[in-house]
Amino acid sequence: MKRRNLMMSVAAGAMLAISTGAASAQDVIRMGAAAPKTGPLAGGADVTHWPAVRLWVHQVNEAGGLQLADGPAMIELIEYDDQTNPQQTIQAAQRMATQDQVDFMVAPYSTGLNLAAAPIFSQLGYPQITGSNVTNQQPELSAQFPGMFFVLGRTGVMAEDTAQVLVDLRDAGEIGNRVALVNVADAFGIEMAEISRDVLEENGFEIVYQTSYPLGTQDIAPIIDGARAAEPDAFIAWSYPADTFALTDQAIVQNFSPSVFFTAVATAFPSFEARFGEQAEGVMGMGGVNPDDPAFQEFAEAHMELTGQLPDYWASASTYATLEILGQAIEATGSRDRAVVMEYLQDSSHEYDTVLGPVQFNDMNDNERYWTVGQWQDGVFRGVAARGRDGAADVILKDGWD
Amino acid sequence: MFFILITGLLLGGTYALIAMGLNLQYGVARIMNLANGEMLVAGGFAAFWVYTAGQVSPIAALLVVAPVAFVVNWAIYRIMLRPLVKRAKSRGALEVDSILATFGLSFALVGIMTWFFGGGYFNYSYLSGRIDIFASSYAQNRVVAFAIASLLAAALWVWLSYTRAGLRMRAVAVSPDSARLVGIDVPAVSALAFGLGGAVTASGGALISMFFTLDASVGILFTMKALIIVIMGGVGDIRGTIVAALILGIAETFVARVIDPGLTLAAAYVLFLGVLLFRPQGLFGRTPT
Repeated sequence: MKRRNLMMSVAAGAMLAISTGAASAQDVIRMGAAAPKTGPLAGGADVTHWPAVRLWVHQVNEAGGLQLADGPAMIELIEYDDQTNPQQTIQAAQRMATQDQVDFMVAPYSTGLNLAAAPIFSQLGYPQITGSNVTNQQPELSAQFPGMFFVLGRTGVMAEDTAQVLVDLRDAGEIGNRVALVNVADAFGIEMAEISRDVLEENGFEIVYQTSYPLGTQDIAPIIDGARAAEPDAFIAWSYPADTFALTDQAIVQNFSPSVFFTAVATAFPSFEARFGEQAEGVMGMGGVNPDDPAFQEFAEAHMELTGQLPDYWASASTYATLEILGQAIEATGSRDRAVVMEYLQDSSHEYDTVLGPVQFNDMNDNERYWTVGQWQDGVFRGVAARGRDGAADVILKDGWD
Repeated sequence: MFFILITGLLLGGTYALIAMGLNLQYGVARIMNLANGEMLVAGGFAAFWVYTAGQVSPIAALLVVAPVAFVVNWAIYRIMLRPLVKRAKSRGALEVDSILATFGLSFALVGIMTWFFGGGYFNYSYLSGRIDIFASSYAQNRVVAFAIASLLAAALWVWLSYTRAGLRMRAVAVSPDSARLVGIDVPAVSALAFGLGGAVTASGGALISMFFTLDASVGILFTMKALIIVIMGGVGDIRGTIVAALILGIAETFVARVIDPGLTLAAAYVLFLGVLLFRPQGLFGRTPT
């Protein structure tokens, strides 16, 4: 066992460090980024995180860098693979601060890794503007880590809005009040399922089937069979990418077709539409964007051009927005001094112009304007519910798979 | 009831695809291959690649995937693992060394696949329509994978039981030292078994890619499952692996449908624990002498 531990640490120590970006100009701002390139969340980071980060760096450098008080500075990006391991995220942050001496860091990917990294970001004095982190602990976290900012939104609000979509449909007489609720058995799934169940029950819905399944499960046929037997009007799954695909796949196979079919993470990925084609029509999921917004269209086009893939319809844009916010704070202060930039970010009177639209942080470092529920409509994942954002589309009922 | 049985059998077939290759590698070549899952994912990626690039059916892709995987695994054994076998003083020492070496190999394979394919999710739609059996619907691709798994298992069993080459392989599985005394070229047979095991695993991956979402890092999940099944079934007996895979598939499906999907893992480990307690050599394993 000892030897195996040694082996693990040796392997873990061999971290992948790639340094990109043109550093030809005299003045350079060094940015460090540690996020999954391997491990369970690599698939998500590969869609949502890395392309958005590289795109922002590329665009800033194309435009001549960030304007500091003493002239322009190009961005040099230093990337690390944290292997989806919180310990590695922390070590990478330490390394970037001490060895690479980066000026700023990109916040890590996902809720869990961002929470794990919060103490070290705070201790080292780096702003942590998170774009792929959904939590309900904004008040506690911002009190404990004043340099941590939240762009993507709150879990509670997203679960509430999802339930609200059903309430609205029922009140309009479009669906009945039978709901099947399933979730992946980890912190995310359990929390979301609890909140949405409470809201649904308060509103007189009947939960006719509820269950959870272990993380990593792709053999989902019994769950769909159970849900189908309960004859629900709506199916809500707080799921992760691989099981989002598997649930949808099985629902099609077993022809389980409630009026509302909701799967959570990865429903907003372009690969969801690539996989299911027209059958994706009407499927709902977390997040959403306003695809008619020229800012998003421009972002999607540039994303495609540089990385060869489309952004997802949710956290890609917010990840990109975190860097826009950081860049604007740096330019506004004209300084690379983290303390100065941090102070600027913490001043809640400042508003940032981002791909999401205007973003402002409240006194809990929380962005209060974001999309909460989206739906595939005509090959695009449109936001159908939002807080403080315009352009929400009307919800359509899912009309079978075939 | 039929639903549980058939879904369980289909799942068991998937598990057999995951574990049969490891059984050959561990049972005959004595290499506890922790890179098994990565080889499976590599097979899946190959199938994905030929399907999306050239619309070649993943089943036809087996004709390429299997031989290539055989050669690659054979070479891995000759170049990387043979020296470990040579210097090992006992079976225990070889096990420790091979676990460490293949654990490292799994990292290397993840790195290589990430390099070539990126870290994203891979899936595609092939035979994803439904097929009705006893008034319930199942995915065509799972049924096809089950059928091919059955063919593969039957072919392996017949080959191992009724051919001279198979006999040599079983002899090495029972006792490499004695096999040497009766004129069997143990290193060659071991390399053959390791290569064959890799080919079976990669073929399994190609089939599984029809209905699983894979990414470069997911291999470890398959390795864990394969380890449980091989140890449950008994090392070095292909029948044990198949029976264990089917039992596990049906048990997990039963628990998921009748009790709670959250308890499938628990059910798998309870079964595993039960076998270890009451039949530590595995369902079909021989008592060590």
